[in-house]
Order: sequence, then structure tokens, then C-alpha cells
Amino acid sequence: MELQLENIGHSYDGLTVLQDISLNIPTGRIICVVGPSGCGKSTLLRLIGGLERPTTGQVLQLGSPPARSINPLTYIFQDFALLPWRTVEGNISLVLEDHQLKTAETAAIIDDVLARTKLSDFRTALPRQLSGGMKQRVAIARALAVSPAVMLMDEPLSALDSQTRELLMDDLIGLWIREKFTAIYVTHNLNEAVRLGHSIVILSRRPGQIREVVEIDIPLDQRHPGEPELESKQQHLWQMMRDEAAAADKELIDG
Amino acid sequence: MADPAAAATATAKAAAAAKATTVPTKARRSVEFRGGGFVPQSRRWIGLVVFIVLLLAAEAGTRSGFISNLTLPRPSDVLATFVELFQSGLLWKHLLPSVSRLMVGALLGATVGIGVGILIGLFSLVRAGLVPLVAAIFPIPKIALLPLFVIWFGIDEGSKYALIAFGTFTPTVVATYGAVDNVDRTLIRMGQSFSLSWFSIVRKIVLPGAMPGILSGLRISLAIAIILLVAAEMLGAEYGIGAYILEAGALYDLERLFVGVTILSILGVCVSAALTKVEKHLLRWRV
Ligand SMILES: Nc1ncnc2c1ncn2[C@@H]1O[C@H](COP(=O)(O)OP(=O)(O)OP(=O)(O)O)[C@@H](O)[C@H]1O
Ligand SMILES: [Mg+2]
Repeated sequence: MELQLENIGHSYDGLTVLQDISLNIPTGRIICVVGPSGCGKSTLLRLIGGLERPTTGQVLQLGSPPARSINPLTYIFQDFALLPWRTVEGNISLVLEDHQLKTAETAAIIDDVLARTKLSDFRTALPRQLSGGMKQRVAIARALAVSPAVMLMDEPLSALDSQTRELLMDDLIGLWIREKFTAIYVTHNLNEAVRLGHSIVILSRRPGQIREVVEIDIPLDQRHPGEPELESKQQHLWQMMRDEAAAADKELIDG
Repeated sequence: MADPAAAATATAKAAAAAKATTVPTKARRSVEFRGGGFVPQSRRWIGLVVFIVLLLAAEAGTRSGFISNLTLPRPSDVLATFVELFQSGLLWKHLLPSVSRLMVGALLGATVGIGVGILIGLFSLVRAGLVPLVAAIFPIPKIALLPLFVIWFGIDEGSKYALIAFGTFTPTVVATYGAVDNVDRTLIRMGQSFSLSWFSIVRKIVLPGAMPGILSGLRISLAIAIILLVAAEMLGAEYGIGAYILEAGALYDLERLFVGVTILSILGVCVSAALTKVEKHLLRWRV
């Protein structure tokens, strides 16, 4: 299943947040979205996932999602959004309960995603007992459980320390190598963008518009830290971002 | 420094350095502790001790004649009266109807209150319609309406149930819709993003999320229920703690008055302890 954004624009009570965004999201690729704070990245993701309606333009779904996909457009949130009163297992079964699966089927899915995210030993733990990195792994497991056609990730690693972030990035790459999922990955962190993105969309400051799309052809599993091409791409991204970020920083939020 | 070995090496190093350069060592002292406090800690027995000390003081005061018997009854006399009440079997005759009135009334009021509170929290139309109404009836002393309830529901149990239920209803509603409003919106967005049904979101996300607020609201509502229980029983009840207190008060029988009041306190403590149990069970997931 492919997604296509057609001239998306969005405003909140007269404040234009996004303008004229057209983008193709092909199957099996990770698209990173970077841009200065407040340029509408989270808004864009909410529009794509159908949590909000765009003021202008439309989000199109080309083709139908695979039959086994329970929830085609699935989010991974920055703050994990786990239910504190449910165990790891319970948080995953939450998203399966509404879909009339057989008990054995549900159990098999949970076993599988817990194994894939290396959480099998923690199935009965409550979120408050887990570290930040583990919580995000639970959220990733929950997303995998519904076999999404497209994953929508809003700064999934921002709340984590840099070591944990490295480890989880490796995990994400491992998961992608295993099963080439489609993802839109919003981030502040240019290093994450060049490590995970097949293409990187740079948004301008508010109102967010696409400034440039950078393609990186190196396969994900060969993007080692310190690779010159990655370094230079990251440098290029930073050059593009820097003025926008500085200007965005000086603007009043409600200005 | 927590590690004595590390401290020792540090001292040795400092001494060596001092020797080498013959610079005088600086004065060493540990950093002043400024933290701690502001955290409730469980000190179970203190409450009981305060209680016992007060009782003993009253006992000593009344025995020595420092406090006259007309001012305060002697605690031991109150206890004797209580034992008498217990032995005569009258205790249960008064207590059982009271407890059943409390249970029926509070259950009715709390259930309807939680239901209405959730509806207010979920539907803005209901909110717009009912919040002003609740605000209008909250400050009415429900006791003032007792005559009205007697006309509506009869002089028997009906009016007592209604009074208690009505009094429990308003604080429960307010606590419940406040608790629903405070449920983390990101969790609700999460539910929607996984296409959970509306009913699932309410049952699995909104309700558990609102539970802490609902339970602390119930604490207040149930205390109000006990207050109203006595008020209701003071009007036309043959048996009941309220009737017992009223009778004792009319005769200026302070011992019996205090027995009645003590029973109410114990009832309140029991209700509160039961709620704590429920909280411990339902809110296991909290720290
Ligand atoms: N529900 C809303 N109502 C009104 N304004 C909103 C709403 N959500 C976002 N905004 C505004 O829209 C703009 C873009 O917000 P958005 O959260 O999409 O930015 P972002 O790029 O994700 O920022 P960040 O990098 O800080 O996460 C901001 O100025 C924000 O104040
Ligand atoms: Mg954002």
C-alpha cells in the first residue's frame, strides 16, 4: 500500500501550520521528516494517520493494505502512550481485543512480537517497572502486533538517552531488514535521519513547506557511524536547517 | 562520601600531595544535609497514641474533678454504657438499620453520581446541560429538603434513602467528571489511532484513568453520607444511631451521646479503611 499526499495544507484558527505539501510514500521505505520546532511535523503525521482532517488537499491511499494488516496506519508516540494499569502483555493485547481474533491467535501474535523486540522475559511487568528504552520497545511491539502497512513515528527516540537511542536504532534497523515495513519517521535528530531514512524530507519553518528531499542509497545495514557519505549528507542537512531553525527560534509561538 | 575505601584512598592521596608540595591540607567536612521531608511516611501507631493520650487525659481530668462531669463524661463511663448497650442487644438493633440505610443510600447516590459524572465528562451536550444544575444543587443543605423528601418518598425508609443518595450524588458527580477530564488525552489518541471502538476507549482507557479521582471523590461522598444518615434518622426513626443520639441528647445523657458519636466515628473509620482496601486493589498499578 502506498500513500500519497496531495497539496496538503493545514491551519489552526487562522494560523497556517502546513502549506502545499505533496509527497509520495512508497512501500517498504522509511521516509524521515526533519524541520525546525513548530513547523508542523506532528501535525503532518496526525493528518496522514487520519487523526485530523487537513484544511486543504488530501491524503490518498493507493491500493489496499495487505489482508493480514489489522491496523494499516499505526503510530509510535514520543511519550510511549502505554496504559500504566496494564502489563506489557496487556498493553499489546489491548490493540488486538477489538478485532475478534481467536485466543490462540492473539497469544501467538503477542509471543511473536515480544520475541522480536526481545521482551519475552517482561511480559507481566507494569510500565512503571520499565526503563524508557524498554517502554518504547513495548510500544514498538504493540505497533508490530497489528501488522501495520505504514508506521507513523513521531520522534520515537527523543525521550531516551543517547546510548539507549543507539541501541533502539539498531533494533529498528534489524526489524526493517527482517520485514521491510513502510514508515514515516519524524525527528529532530539529523543523525537518526541519516541512519534510518531512505529519503529525508526537510520542512521549512512555519508554515511548513517541503524545502528539499534528500535521498540516501546506502542500504540501512551498511550505514556505519563515521561513514563519509553519511557525514556529508548530515552536514548538508544541517546547513539547510540551521537558518530555518535560528529564525524559527526567534518567532513567538502565537505570532 | 559513601565508600569508606574510596575516602581512605582520597585521604592518603591528599596527604601524599600535601607532603610532596608541603601545602597545608584544607579543612574537610561533609556537606550539610538539606533534603528530606515533604513526603508522607507511614507511621501507623502515632495516630493511636494521640488518641489514647487524649482519652487518658480526659479520664484523669474527670476523676480528679478538674473537669466536671457535666462538661465531659468520663471515658470509662462511656465504655461501660457501650458495653451495656452491647449486652442488651440494642446495639445491633440500632446499628443494623443504620448500616443498611447507609449502604442503600450511598450505593444509589454513588452509582448514579459516577454514571452522570462520566456522561458529563464524555458528552459536551450533557456537560452544558447538567453542570450548571449540579452547581446549583451542590450548595443546598440537603437536610433542609428532608420535609420535601418525606412528602415525596414517605416517612419510612424511602425518604432516608433519598436524602443520603441525594447528598452523595452531587460530590460524586463533580469528582467523577473532573477525573474524566484529567484522563491523559494522549492515551485516548493512542486508542483512536489503533481504531479501538468508542466503547472500548471508554471502558479500557477513560474509566481506569479516571479511577483514582473517582475513588478519592468517594471518600468525601461517603463521609457526607454518614452525616446525612444521622440527620435522616433524627426525624422519625425508631431505631438507628441517629435516633439513639437524638434521644440521648434530649435527655442530656452525655454518656449515651458519646457512645453514639463514637459508633459513628468507628463507622467512618471502617468505611475509609474499606475504601483504602479497594484503592489498593484497583490502583495496584500506581507506585
Ligand atoms: N491542536 C492545536 N491547536 C492549535 N494549534 C496547534 C495545535 N497543534 C499544534 N498547533 C500549533 O501548530 C504548530 C505546529 O505544531 P506541531 O506540533 O505540528 O509542530 P512540530 O513540528 O511537531 O513541533 P515540535 O518539533 O516541537 O514537535 C505549532 O505552532 C503549534 O502551536
Ligand atoms: Mg512534534
